[in-house]
Amino acid sequence: MAAPIGQPRVRLPAQIKAGEVIEIRTLISHIMETGQRRNQEGQIIPRDIIKSFTCTFEGQPVFSMDLHPAISANPYIAFPFKAERAGNLEMVWTNDAGEQRKLTQAVRLAE
Amino acid sequence: LSLLPKPAAAQMEPATAAAIRKIIGERTPEEGRVQLRLPPIAENGNTVPLTVTVESPMTAADHVKAVHVFADKNPTPDVATFRFSPAMGRAQADTRIRLGQTQDVIAVAEMSDGKLYISRAEVKVTIGGCGG
Repeated sequence: MAAPIGQPRVRLPAQIKAGEVIEIRTLISHIMETGQRRNQEGQIIPRDIIKSFTCTFEGQPVFSMDLHPAISANPYIAFPFKAERAGNLEMVWTNDAGEQRKLTQAVRLAE
Repeated sequence: LSLLPKPAAAQMEPATAAAIRKIIGERTPEEGRVQLRLPPIAENGNTVPLTVTVESPMTAADHVKAVHVFADKNPTPDVATFRFSPAMGRAQADTRIRLGQTQDVIAVAEMSDGKLYISRAEVKVTIGGCGG
C-alpha cells in the first residue's frame, strides 16, 4: 500500500502587483521511500515517491517537475510566476501508485 | 562522453553520462548559462537545498524549456527534471535533494531554440543521505 500523501501547503506573497514575478513555494508531506533501503529482515523496502508535480494557471501550463528518489522526504518545490492577471493556480502532486493531491490557489492582485 | 565539453564532463560516472544521453541524445551541450546553487558543504545529505537558475528573457520566442539535474555518485544519477514556461517570467526552481556522498551535481538546460547548456557544482557531504 502506498504511503500517505499529506495535505499540501502553498505560499504566495501577501500583496501581488500586476506584472510582478512572484515566488510560489510548496511543501507536501511524504516519506519519499527510495527503494534502496532494507527492512530489519533484509528485504528491500519498495520505492514509493511523489513522482510528479504540475502547476497550471487557468488551464495553461506554468511549471512542472519530475521527481526521482533523490528528492528529499516532504518535497519542497518553489518556482517563479509572472502574475499578469487574477485567476486560479491549479497544482497536482502524483505518487508512484497514481494517487493525486490537488490544490487550487487563487491569485488576487492588489489594487 | 567525448561529446560533452570539459570541465562539465570531466570524470563523470558512466551511469551519469548514460542518464544525460538518454535525455539529450547525441547533441552536445555548451558550458554555462545554467547555474546551480548548492551549499559547498552539506552536513546532512538527506536534505540539501538546491536552486537552479538560467539566464533567459523567458518570452514565447526565447525561453528555457527544461532543466535536468543529476547527482554523479548517487545510487541512481537522476534527481529531477524541471519543465519551465514563459508564464514563469524568470527561469528558476528550488527544491531539496539527497546526496549519498561527496560528489558533483550536474545541470543540463534545454532552451526553446534547441540549444543545451551544462554546468556542475561540487558538494562535500558529511553524512550520506541515501539511507542504507
